[in-house]
Amino acid sequence: MRLWKKLVLYFLLIITSLILFFPIIYAFMISFMTGGEILSGKLLPSTFSLDNYVKVFERLPLFNYLINSFVVSLGVMLGQLVVCSLAAYAFVFIPFKGRDFIFFLFISTMMIPWEATMIPNFFTIQKLDWINTYQGMTLPFFALAFGTFLLRQHFKTIPKELHEASQIAGLSKFGFFFRVVLPVSKTSLVTLGAYGFLTTWNMYLWPLLVTTNNSVRTVQIGLKQLQSQEVATEWGVVMAGVIVVIIPTLLLLFLGQKQLQKGLTQGALK
Amino acid sequence: MMVVSKPKKISYWKRSSNARIALLYLLPSIILFSVFVFYPMFRTIYLSFFLTDQAGEAAIFVGLENYTYLLESDAFLNSIKATFLFVLYTVPTGIIIALILALLANEKLRGIGIFRTIYASTMGISVAASSVVWLFLFHPSVGMFNKLLNIFNLPQIEWLLDPTWALFSVSLSTIWLNTGFSFLIILGGLQNIDEHLYESARIDGASYWYRLKRITIPMLSPTLFFIITISLINAFQTFGQIDILTKGGPSQSTNLIVYSIYKEAFINYQFGTASAQAVFLFICILIVTILQFKLGEKKVHYQ
Repeated sequence: MRLWKKLVLYFLLIITSLILFFPIIYAFMISFMTGGEILSGKLLPSTFSLDNYVKVFERLPLFNYLINSFVVSLGVMLGQLVVCSLAAYAFVFIPFKGRDFIFFLFISTMMIPWEATMIPNFFTIQKLDWINTYQGMTLPFFALAFGTFLLRQHFKTIPKELHEASQIAGLSKFGFFFRVVLPVSKTSLVTLGAYGFLTTWNMYLWPLLVTTNNSVRTVQIGLKQLQSQEVATEWGVVMAGVIVVIIPTLLLLFLGQKQLQKGLTQGALK
Repeated sequence: MMVVSKPKKISYWKRSSNARIALLYLLPSIILFSVFVFYPMFRTIYLSFFLTDQAGEAAIFVGLENYTYLLESDAFLNSIKATFLFVLYTVPTGIIIALILALLANEKLRGIGIFRTIYASTMGISVAASSVVWLFLFHPSVGMFNKLLNIFNLPQIEWLLDPTWALFSVSLSTIWLNTGFSFLIILGGLQNIDEHLYESARIDGASYWYRLKRITIPMLSPTLFFIITISLINAFQTFGQIDILTKGGPSQSTNLIVYSIYKEAFINYQFGTASAQAVFLFICILIVTILQFKLGEKKVHYQ
């Protein structure tokens, strides 16, 4: 590649990255600023003091919210992994009459937007007396057509010989699933897990509906509370909250980006 | 007779053994889908024909009245208009930006991984966090945008309070938020394109633009098609940005359909009309998905 072409590319890469990343860097900088510094429109704080971070944990039960977010996200992640891998296994390794019909049912769930069903779902949770509970926040999301397809794609690549060999070796169907299929599909399971964690951590509307007190509220609802409490004056505290909330998912994304990219494209296109 | 029918029974039992085992594996999904997807979808359609009480129970059958009421209501028609405008503002722009970034990040350069990570970063950011940051950027006095306008001696804009700007502002923040995901998907698509195609084109001396037009875009079409569909569906489902940035205002200019459903149901307790709106949302997304299936098979070039 010619030098000038390289330079142009690097220039474009750097400019676009700066523009795209600016809101995050800016929020990070604001989170260290005092009210006066924010008003004067500085880009860099004079000192990196953690005052705003201390304050945000005092204003809100943010620590509890973080724990709730972790419990809910891990819960949905594990639930999806179990439910989706069981279903994907049946679709790939157990031929049975009516498989196409059930597969069609799974596909059809992708055409139903979650928001179109939220009213009856809210009442279901209310009737079960699951408002303000972890199960109310997690259980509705365990079954996932996308996740089932993603795993199905990977399970299909497992050689038929392996299946036959395990049958000859006297392994039961569940044994084959648990001892062979799951271990060789680790990468897809990690992809789906990361995806499930990420989307659940960032979920907003459902936690808003099914929480009425702070007991199981998640960090996303915390941000809404923070933003509506602080009227313009303490943006530093609000941004400290934002940074605390996005760090876990940004870390997860940085670590699992390659996996996620590969898995999402595969699940999407085949 | 007994002797004849008995082996038949056993063979049916045996033949269906696979189906029973499969059902066992599928049962968790089937139960969950039934309770949290299929039942509520039918229930929503059912409720849309009724006036409801506070507990969301059907009270009086009104037939299609909820629908005719909506079609005559300015607020709902306005919400539909805002939703379609929002789709128009966010989907094409968002995908073009993500495509450009993906093309940049697909070059083989030292340190390209860092840029890929930065481009993908907004995928790790929640709608609530992003909206709070943009709320600050849009702030009339301390916000970044008005400060920039100030530097260039341009008149200040009430980004979120002016009905002519609010939908644009919300769209801007949404495009930014969705860039990471679209970028990741498109980059994945680019990396799946067979290198050999480019090599032979390079030997023939084809220019960058020629290669882009004749190899990259056609080979990328399934990915682009997928991301267009997902972006359309996502745009119809927008909620968090609205709740934090504008609450549907000013003068309902950003009252997108899901926010409108939420308000009708959980603030006004009008579950019947809210359900009718939800049915409308369902139909919109159904049309998008069916179009994907119909057009996808024909127009898109698959490997």
